[in-house]
Amino acid sequence: MTDAMRAETITISGHGGDEIEAYLARPLDSGSRGGVVVIHHMPGYDAATKEIVRRFAVHGYNALCPNLYSREAPGADPDDAAAAVRAAGGVPDDRLVGDVDGAARYLRALDGANGKIGVIGYCSGGRQTFLSACSLQIDAAVDCYGAFVVNEPPEGAPVTMKPILGLAPQLSCPLLGLFGAEDNFPSPEETAKLSAELDRLGKPHEFHTFDDAGHAFFAVDRPAYRPAAVVEGWKHVFEFFGTHL
Amino acid sequence: MCTYLTEKFEIEGSGKAAKGWFSLSEATVYVDHPVHAPYAHTVNIDFLNPADGPSARVPVELTEEAALALADAIHRALAAAPPGLASAANAGK
Repeated sequence: MTDAMRAETITISGHGGDEIEAYLARPLDSGSRGGVVVIHHMPGYDAATKEIVRRFAVHGYNALCPNLYSREAPGADPDDAAAAVRAAGGVPDDRLVGDVDGAARYLRALDGANGKIGVIGYCSGGRQTFLSACSLQIDAAVDCYGAFVVNEPPEGAPVTMKPILGLAPQLSCPLLGLFGAEDNFPSPEETAKLSAELDRLGKPHEFHTFDDAGHAFFAVDRPAYRPAAVVEGWKHVFEFFGTHL
Repeated sequence: MCTYLTEKFEIEGSGKAAKGWFSLSEATVYVDHPVHAPYAHTVNIDFLNPADGPSARVPVELTEEAALALADAIHRALAAAPPGLASAANAGK
């Protein structure tokens, strides 16, 4: 047993066969292991997101985060890339699914991969996680405060940000939801509607809504960070992936 | 919360970023999470030239009070100058 890992920027084949940048972290000891696709938050493929990718490798998973802004902003600072994509209207849903599929295929092909794939996403990546889990064969999905799965976004929001509750019958795996009680997007009412629909469809899910937490409470480099919710949240994530991957 | 809402409009002028001065072609204004300012939400203004790539960007992250003070100061400065002095229509005059 060793706790050594390797973390690096690689190129993977994403939607439409496009070559896109991605950040890979993997444990170096031998053994069969699941893979985790990390979907970065709206502010982009940044240092805090790469830290999350490495955290999964520390816990024994191969983890891979595709840079969803690779096409518009190759090599740009994450904040410049996020601003460029925001100004251009966001990431189209079909492209997102293709990029997550490419990341999952890469993880399944790694030596020692057990074939199981989890997806976790934050902020806009929470909605994109639900979208991926309803569009691809996934083994476990974690939605961290993804909005507009159920509710219509405010007037003027990008057309890429439409509700996707209608996809729920195709949800391919158990869903863990981690939300803040003080968040407005998604509000506790929105996540309750999602939970009720999944109950109706008989889709396994486990939702936790943390008091004293709003949107983006996992963001270690922002004032929204809430240590108590994060400690509890990571515990749920690793129990959930431990069960399903 | 992430608002996802973005005001975008065409502009004429110049800005300066790490690579030096460049022409500006559009601006965006949005109330959302800042990258650097120590607040949960700020008024974020980006001056951009997408044709020059994502790094052709002059961003600021302002509190609501600062952004409104900026808007007022712009109006006061223009009101104090001869009408149309800084207008694109008066270029070169």
